[in-house]
Amino acid sequence: MAITQLSVFLMNQPGALVDAVSAISGAGANIRAMSIAEANDFGILRIIVSDSDRICKLLGDKYLISKTEVVAARMDDRSGALYPILAVLSEANINIEYMYAFTGSGPDEAYVVFRVNDAKTAEEVLNANGISTLSDENLKL
Amino acid sequence: MKQYYQPEIETAPREKILEIQNEKIVKQVRHVWDNVPYYRHLMEKKGVTPDDIKSVDDIRKLPFLSKDDLREAYPYGLLGTDLKDCVRIQSTSGTTGKRVVAFYTQHDIDLWEDCTARAIVAAGGTKEDVVQVCYGYGLFTGGPGLHGGSHKVGCLTLPMSSGNTERQIQFMMDLNATILCCTPSYAAYIGETLAEQGYKPEDNHLKAGIFGAEPWTEEMRQEIEKSLGIKAYDIYGLTETSGPGVAYECEEQNGMHINEDHFYAEIIDPETGEVLPDGTKGELVFTSLDKEAFPLLRYRTKDICVLNRVPCSCGRTHVRMSKPMGRSDDMMIIRGVNVFPSQIEAVLLKEGYTPNYQIVVDRVRNSDTFDIYVEVAPDQFSDLMSQIQLMEKSLESALRTMLGIGPKVHLVAPKTITRSEGKAVRVIDKRKLH
Repeated sequence: MAITQLSVFLMNQPGALVDAVSAISGAGANIRAMSIAEANDFGILRIIVSDSDRICKLLGDKYLISKTEVVAARMDDRSGALYPILAVLSEANINIEYMYAFTGSGPDEAYVVFRVNDAKTAEEVLNANGISTLSDENLKL
Repeated sequence: MKQYYQPEIETAPREKILEIQNEKIVKQVRHVWDNVPYYRHLMEKKGVTPDDIKSVDDIRKLPFLSKDDLREAYPYGLLGTDLKDCVRIQSTSGTTGKRVVAFYTQHDIDLWEDCTARAIVAAGGTKEDVVQVCYGYGLFTGGPGLHGGSHKVGCLTLPMSSGNTERQIQFMMDLNATILCCTPSYAAYIGETLAEQGYKPEDNHLKAGIFGAEPWTEEMRQEIEKSLGIKAYDIYGLTETSGPGVAYECEEQNGMHINEDHFYAEIIDPETGEVLPDGTKGELVFTSLDKEAFPLLRYRTKDICVLNRVPCSCGRTHVRMSKPMGRSDDMMIIRGVNVFPSQIEAVLLKEGYTPNYQIVVDRVRNSDTFDIYVEVAPDQFSDLMSQIQLMEKSLESALRTMLGIGPKVHLVAPKTITRSEGKAVRVIDKRKLH
């Protein structure tokens, strides 16, 4: 039930990000969360959008883009809330490649996005421990 | 007093040189006809027999040999003697797939080392000198060539090979090296390193340097001469003809004397193959007049230069060639290593990349930089930075294995390599070498 992240290859130069964001907004999509990984020459823009299939097709003409399954775990927007989530993943021997977070629409609602080696198991152990996770359906606003 | 290694031949009257050449070419063509079926076929195709070659003027009747022939005939197809009579193999730096291997009999080694000995003496070398050879030793002809010449002159020879600059400098300073042999960019680097370590140009005992294996400019010469406090001499050669020493500079530093008793030079139009008159810019072609094991006739070097027959004040009567002014093919010489774009393309395809790439070569602080921009293919793209960087490293390593030198790989987005009129610009050489 994991959610779909789009990863976009961008050159590490002025104008690259604004072009990509303009293409996404032109398609009427809402970026729920994003992060950027950077190297010397290029970067990878990682985004969670409301309508990933459509945006992926649309951007695919112009950009090198790929879909990745990531786990978005719900947490309270308060001190100490991340700890139990990480503890559950660690207990299950799940390795986190990278992660980022965004706040939800409700008060005190936040989500943390994990790219892990095994999304299915990660989601199962989180849910079994009472931590809810998002699906692509939840993202369609 | 003027110094020569073999004065009787280096300063011989022109008629004498011509006489030697005429005598040698008749024998050499017969030798090739009898022993090298590959070339004999080329001659037969052109309707030429050894009876048609009576003097060097007839050389123009002979067919050309190119690097493609050498690849096709690899490894033994152009061998002119029994293998048991050969004593050495040398090989070119990076080539596509098949390398060029050259064979030498002891006679061939001797004449090659005579040539480099002439170059060392022309640079002021005597048996009093300490010659530091920091060209690579091994298959590359640089190290063995200058090493042999240094022995012939009777110099104390430091067989350093390339690299390990700290050790180079330690030997140079502790053992009072007087003549330095290496690529010009390495000489410049040694000069810079000495300065960084607080040495002044007058602190070393060097008086001369013999630099070759890559293109360099007059400006670079002046810089090296200043930083090391020496006189810098150019030397030219290629594995196919023997190695460095085919031509070398004298104290005039105005063109390189071609050892015409061993190598006959022509300048041709690279398009038509027509022989051009002296003083005209064109492709340099060499005929080996007396090599036994690898007797190449009319070998096209692809180097563009000019021949100058004006008598030289040094007393040497052999024709001078200019520094190469460019190439008639797409070969680049980067850090002394021959690189063809086709080699890079082959590696990219093998590693699963598209053949959309751009090579950028520059010279920063007298050292070549070598960057390759490669478009990422969709099936190579990953959301994981570590995976992309691993790919980048593995491509760099594959390129280093193929080329012999390591380029810096930059991955770029698809369709971002500049294309002009639909055709990508493969090579951007920013070095001002010619």
